[in-house]
Amino acid sequence: MTTTMAIKVTVNGETRVADVEPRTLLVHWLREDLALTGTHIGCDTSQCGACVVHVDGRAVKSCTMFAAQADGCAVTTIEGLGAADALHAVQDGFWEEHGLQCGFCTPGMIMTAAELLARNPDPSEAEIRHALEGNLCRCTGYHNIVRAIQHAAKGATA
Amino acid sequence: MTTTTKMIGQAIKRREDPKLITGQGQFLDDVKLTGMLHAVVVRSPYAHATIKGIDASKALALPGVVAVFTGEDMSDINPLPCAWAAGKVDNNLNTPRALAVGKAMHVGDGVALVVAEDRYIARDAADLVEVDYEPLAVVVDAKKATEPGAPQLHENAPSNIVMDWECGDREKTDAAIAAAEVTVREQIVNQRLIPTPMETRGSVARYEPATGEFTVWMTSQAPHVMRLLLAAFVFGIPETSVRCISPNIGGGFGQKIFVYADMAFTMWAARKLGRPVKFVEDRAENYQSSTHGRDHITDVEIAGTRDGRITGLRIDTLANLGGYLSTIAPGIPTTLYGRITTGVYKIPAAHCRVRGVYTNTAMVDAYRGAGRPEASYLIERMVDRFAAEIGMDPAEVRRRNFIPPEDFPYSNGMGLLPYDSGNYGPALDRALQIVGYDALRAEQAEARKQGRYLGIGLSSYVEICGVAPSAWIGLPGEGWGAGLWESANVRVHLTGKVVVTTGSLPHGQGLETTFAQIVADELGVPYDDVVVEWGDTSGTPFGFGTYGSRSLAVGGTAIVKTVAKVREKAKLLAAHMLEARVEDIVWEDGKAFVKGSPDQVKTLGDIALQAAVAYSLPEGMEPSLDETTYYDPPNCTFPFGTHVAVVDIDADTGAVSLRRYVAVDDVGTVINPLIVDGQLHGGIAQGVAQALTEGAIYDDDGQLVTGSLLEYAVPKASLFPQFETDRTVTRSPVNPLGVKGAGEAGTIASAQAVMNAVIDALQPFGVKHLQMPATSERVWNAMHGGTRGARS
Repeated sequence: MTTTMAIKVTVNGETRVADVEPRTLLVHWLREDLALTGTHIGCDTSQCGACVVHVDGRAVKSCTMFAAQADGCAVTTIEGLGAADALHAVQDGFWEEHGLQCGFCTPGMIMTAAELLARNPDPSEAEIRHALEGNLCRCTGYHNIVRAIQHAAKGATA
Repeated sequence: MTTTTKMIGQAIKRREDPKLITGQGQFLDDVKLTGMLHAVVVRSPYAHATIKGIDASKALALPGVVAVFTGEDMSDINPLPCAWAAGKVDNNLNTPRALAVGKAMHVGDGVALVVAEDRYIARDAADLVEVDYEPLAVVVDAKKATEPGAPQLHENAPSNIVMDWECGDREKTDAAIAAAEVTVREQIVNQRLIPTPMETRGSVARYEPATGEFTVWMTSQAPHVMRLLLAAFVFGIPETSVRCISPNIGGGFGQKIFVYADMAFTMWAARKLGRPVKFVEDRAENYQSSTHGRDHITDVEIAGTRDGRITGLRIDTLANLGGYLSTIAPGIPTTLYGRITTGVYKIPAAHCRVRGVYTNTAMVDAYRGAGRPEASYLIERMVDRFAAEIGMDPAEVRRRNFIPPEDFPYSNGMGLLPYDSGNYGPALDRALQIVGYDALRAEQAEARKQGRYLGIGLSSYVEICGVAPSAWIGLPGEGWGAGLWESANVRVHLTGKVVVTTGSLPHGQGLETTFAQIVADELGVPYDDVVVEWGDTSGTPFGFGTYGSRSLAVGGTAIVKTVAKVREKAKLLAAHMLEARVEDIVWEDGKAFVKGSPDQVKTLGDIALQAAVAYSLPEGMEPSLDETTYYDPPNCTFPFGTHVAVVDIDADTGAVSLRRYVAVDDVGTVINPLIVDGQLHGGIAQGVAQALTEGAIYDDDGQLVTGSLLEYAVPKASLFPQFETDRTVTRSPVNPLGVKGAGEAGTIASAQAVMNAVIDALQPFGVKHLQMPATSERVWNAMHGGTRGARS
């Protein structure tokens, strides 16, 4: 018999109530139960950062957290950050500067970058590269990701 | 033909992006079907073992488990095919089955399949499957595998040799080396790499019992080829019974070209169970059981004169191909490596021998660049070794030996079709100018006096793109026996909107954007009126897929040729509608008019409507504007360039930091500079990573020590400076666009630029060569005269 836990989480502004197995990872709950498949899984050791979401405003790898730990929290996923007709500045930066190729790491990259800019609206290139330590991209060599974040920062501070 | 706004050459942002930046991409793991089951593989913890028995009773007792299957259960399907038996591999082909039968050949070899209602249950159950293994002796190193007394992996492959292949002129080369003023020998290792697309691989299969049809969603760079191989070779069913769909693909880099066990076992299990089955690798599985790249051990000798002329090159390579042969594995270290080992140089005598070897490791197959990075690393390291030996500047040695521009088309004597076009000097000059070569050399000399170690590394490369021509790749001696042509269909809807379907398969390259730019110009229609479709075998003509930097040169050319057919038919119909002769019709900006009467126009929409309603067509004309082309190019294309790396080495720790990276590439005509630069950045990063951080390591027991992203050092953003890119443009004469290809050039050029810089920096320590990756431990040891890590 599997025991479950009742959780209440605000996801992208909407209150979600669920019974989850204690071992259910936040990323699996978001993807499988809430169908928020924009959050990706690229590893099993919390290196790649494809699964980064915001939990109470902080960038968190959702593969490193149980859904139960998000009880009472506000979670924002890539789907809640901005929409195609109302892009977040970082999403727009990624589009403008060709900050993505295959797009698999992109949601995590964008969520990490959005949190960086919330903390530090005008980061140096070194600060940007440091902030991306927990996110891997295999396509871009990070070159245009850095430019995308600079683009977003410029837009936000202009 | 003129158009108001030329799209070709413009850095427009990608149309692919809006869904990907908002989390709306549809990747394999996002596919969810009614009644879908989840599969988890039980994998061998041993690198080489007899499977004596499998007891699944405990797993089957777990609620939610639907079935457990073994390799024997799947004996009604065939092993996966090896499609490219290059190098005369014939009776010693050993390929994997959907699940291993009798023996496991490497750590991670699949031995049983658990199918359950959800992924967590399947994973729990996999741990309950008891497999009785009898471990066997293991060999992981290609050289050791060929030595007497090594464990024999396959009965049909004595000394574990897959093939013994050669190209070039052995006698002439031996004579050139024997007679040379200067010779330099080296053993050069091109270490094993793990491609690591950020999305792992997987398959979702559905079977319709009523029709006997499969639908398979797959992380594939070549779904049409997968359909052919799975239907005709593995299942022995008509190709028409299988539909393959590649959704968004989260990076491939070659690893997603091949036919894999999971495609077969999800299909088999879906048919057996009557429910869809999903399998998605976790990262550890991707590392243990999807393909790796490179892994060469090469003895090489270069010969030349004291005044810097290269006169001979002799190469003997052992290529580790793993425990089985992957889909095109034998073709990589032969056709795509040996034949281009002379690089950008006019070398009068060259010979390359390659032996493929079985070992108890994951299969090795194409990884970004596929053979060409190994070739380019080898020749560029040896040119630097030769330059150092004769005390000449490495830039000068390169210049003295470049194939001169008047020699193109150029045959290198290694069995390739001739290099199409090239002008190597200007790219080198430009790269040296951007980096400020002379000033850096002066700084280096000054720094050395102060005990600081700065290194400058050059790499002048040429590579082979558009691997397709039947005139070459289809030759029986190449083992493939077929051209790798590409297809395109272009149809104009009666509203004037243009739909292009392609057999190419973008997975990050931005082909939807690039192809739409081309069609907009060639047809003279607005860019936004062009839709590009791909990825589903039921909706696209057969194509060989995307790899080998072929999509623009081959797939793009197929589109250009198809658009030309559409345009010609549209002009014929316009002539009919305007009651004029077709010779008098002018086509401009997507409109037709009679010469001298530009006010009386028929738009593409008018013409498409007329073609669709079809009540008044010229005699004999078929309705609809809908054309298809299958394009077999006459030759490959040969991009080139020069890259320069500048590194600083920390004297205390041996840590290498990449100060600058300059790349001057010539990829022919550029359709979208934003995308081309992006391809180069990513390619460069992968080569730099090979030089500085990455390397797959098996221990002597065959355990993959670098089995996760914790140990396998995929580079982070902090490793890189901003790349400084520039280009020269030498059109390819092979195709009407003049394009060459850009997908792999960065990777092919970069590892040796960085290693040449590292070794240049270490010159005061008497270091002549260092194997990759240049970790701080290896560099520190080299600086302190230690041999540990320096030579192997």
